[in-house]
Amino acid sequence: MKKGWLMICLGIAAISLIIVPPTAVFAQGKGPIKIGFISPLSGGMAANGKDMLTGIELYLEEIGYQAAGRKIELLVEDDEANPATGLTKTRKLVEKDGVHLMTGGLMASTAYALAPYIDSKEIPTTYPIMAADDITQRKIPKWIIRTGWASSQPHQPFGEYAYNVLKFRKVSVIAYDFAFGWECVGGFQKVFEDSGGKVLQKIWVPLTAQDFSPYLAQISKDADAVFAVFSGRLTIQFTKQYKEFGLKAKIPLIGGGTVTDEHALPSMGDEAIGIITPLHYSEVLDNPANKKFVKAFREKVKKAASYYSEGTYTGARWIVEAIKAINGDVENRGKFMDALRKVDLKDVPRGPMKLDNYGNPIQNIYIRKVEKKGGELQNTVIHTYPMVSQFWKYKAEEFLKQPVYSREYPPLKP
Amino acid sequence: MKDLLASKTRTIALSLAFLVLVLMPPFYSSYWITLLTQMLIYGILAMSLDILIGYTGLSSFGHAGFFGASAYVVAILSTRYKMGFVSCLVGGIGVATAISMIFGLLVAHATGVYFLIITLALGMVLWGLAFRWVTMTGGDNGISGIPRPDLGLPLSLKDPLTYYYMILVFFLVCLILMAIYVRSPFGHSLKGIRESESRMRVLGYHTWLHKYLSYVSAAAFGSVAGVLWAYFDGFISPYNMDLTASIEIILMVILGGPGTLVGPALGAGIIVFLKNFISAYTQRWLLILGTIYILTILYAPQGLVNLIRDWLKGGEKKTELKGIV
Repeated sequence: MKKGWLMICLGIAAISLIIVPPTAVFAQGKGPIKIGFISPLSGGMAANGKDMLTGIELYLEEIGYQAAGRKIELLVEDDEANPATGLTKTRKLVEKDGVHLMTGGLMASTAYALAPYIDSKEIPTTYPIMAADDITQRKIPKWIIRTGWASSQPHQPFGEYAYNVLKFRKVSVIAYDFAFGWECVGGFQKVFEDSGGKVLQKIWVPLTAQDFSPYLAQISKDADAVFAVFSGRLTIQFTKQYKEFGLKAKIPLIGGGTVTDEHALPSMGDEAIGIITPLHYSEVLDNPANKKFVKAFREKVKKAASYYSEGTYTGARWIVEAIKAINGDVENRGKFMDALRKVDLKDVPRGPMKLDNYGNPIQNIYIRKVEKKGGELQNTVIHTYPMVSQFWKYKAEEFLKQPVYSREYPPLKP
Repeated sequence: MKDLLASKTRTIALSLAFLVLVLMPPFYSSYWITLLTQMLIYGILAMSLDILIGYTGLSSFGHAGFFGASAYVVAILSTRYKMGFVSCLVGGIGVATAISMIFGLLVAHATGVYFLIITLALGMVLWGLAFRWVTMTGGDNGISGIPRPDLGLPLSLKDPLTYYYMILVFFLVCLILMAIYVRSPFGHSLKGIRESESRMRVLGYHTWLHKYLSYVSAAAFGSVAGVLWAYFDGFISPYNMDLTASIEIILMVILGGPGTLVGPALGAGIIVFLKNFISAYTQRWLLILGTIYILTILYAPQGLVNLIRDWLKGGEKKTELKGIV
């Protein structure tokens, strides 16, 4: 019997050691500044997630993991592109590791999942990639700013460009059937139709699609152009099948920014040449900051720099500027958050950027056309819309009165 | 001697569980409390599936569907209609049970691999509904901002510790109810169906009805976990009820030991812990988790609890479970 009690005592001791935190965790002195980072590092979105991780690591390496005299510690967690896991991992980073700031995340759904929790814990947070419109429009969280983009932001000016410059009048749409796809399409459709054009049809493709044939067969013969929104595996497959169907020769292909983003572009063949897309970044932007970034990035991982990696690279710079502005006093969360809102950068790879009153960057939008130079596909910039807001030319108050872009909004015109 | 050892192990296990779950939580940090809360909620879910897998011998690949259905009901009722805890609890369990009553009509005649495929398809139907019925469920974005319930007590359930104890009460109530259920004459007839359905039929049992009720009751208990999860996480999305989620619950049951109730709860605890813990140290954490699953299937297909039991009995009688894996 004695042995049993001994075992119980040992068990308790062991469990207490694991579970009860040492008091040091509570009494935070001026240790390192802890930045919590989540992105998909396993599963179907892992390639994008790893680009994101490399981006933030690259910038922190550049500054030697030091800012305002304090060390910076990066804590990385895998969210599997699953919003529920993202929330669980964020909770771990905040409550167990005591991070001073949260950043990262890929899927729009993760953006909405984290927001209520972040606000309840009052943790300064930046979204360098997650583009869900309403995070900076109708459901603005107090403790989150965006250093990336809103899904509809580049596609609104592109609607005007497609009508005025490319002279398209009737466009068919084929896109992802979830919030990101709807918002990209919504922005394009709204401005394209306000300019005088007409969207003939919207074909929604589930994320799990294996073959585009049934969807491509539905594309109207009357269309002047096809506007597509995909990314990753699906964009590579889509552009390929678009050509195989003989559509490329008949109807020009335009699309959302991720369709020809550099995360997928090197895996595409000549079928990608000529596709026109808008985004706030291109790997071949001609400025010193971008040249330095692309060179360092290519040396580090031997692959093209995508907007995902530029997003977290610039996102990290944004965070560090805020840390410098408050002399490293990140424990004062309110002050840290204010500083994050006030950062104004002129010389990041994507060009100048600053935040609007809703926490979304105002930045250049580039219209890019895929060309082959030196044996490599690239997004050549053919036009620049300087300092575009998420509301385009509309008044913010009026813009916010319309519902968020969705599968049903804007509706197709008869 | 062996019996003494066995009873002693039981005492030790129980007192350890009591200490870790009841006495010690006020001393844990909030992160560990939320982790324990997750373990208990998934514990309820895994135990509910054990009614099907362990006691009736039917592997359901769509169990996460009921978890998700009740969680969605709570999310919709509490965020859109501002309903209180009791109506959400009743609504969540009610809707999920009603769905299982309809689904049960389709699955209860099947066994083995046919049962597995039909439940898989029906689970995907619920997932598809959550994904595509955007006006109701928010689609891929899910529903966030579910407030913690206000029970009108002086204690706030926003505090992780208070909420934890509430979940613990639910866990124990469910455990006791399920234990009574599987030990009842009805539970024994379920075991009979597990061992040989044709023999039970010859003995005059209405096996279709038994399987139907087993399916419905598993869903009802599973939906309790869904309600608690919605309040705990404050967020629900189709990812909580996809195929991966359903398989994970099956693995919890198999790892812990089917047909033991506490086993699946233990399995749930281990898997939740591993998922949250290993991932902090390596990006290859899925590989480690996968290895653990394979080792379990190879060396302890009867589950941890049964493994320990057999070992205590000196390997005389191996627990055999037919037609489960």
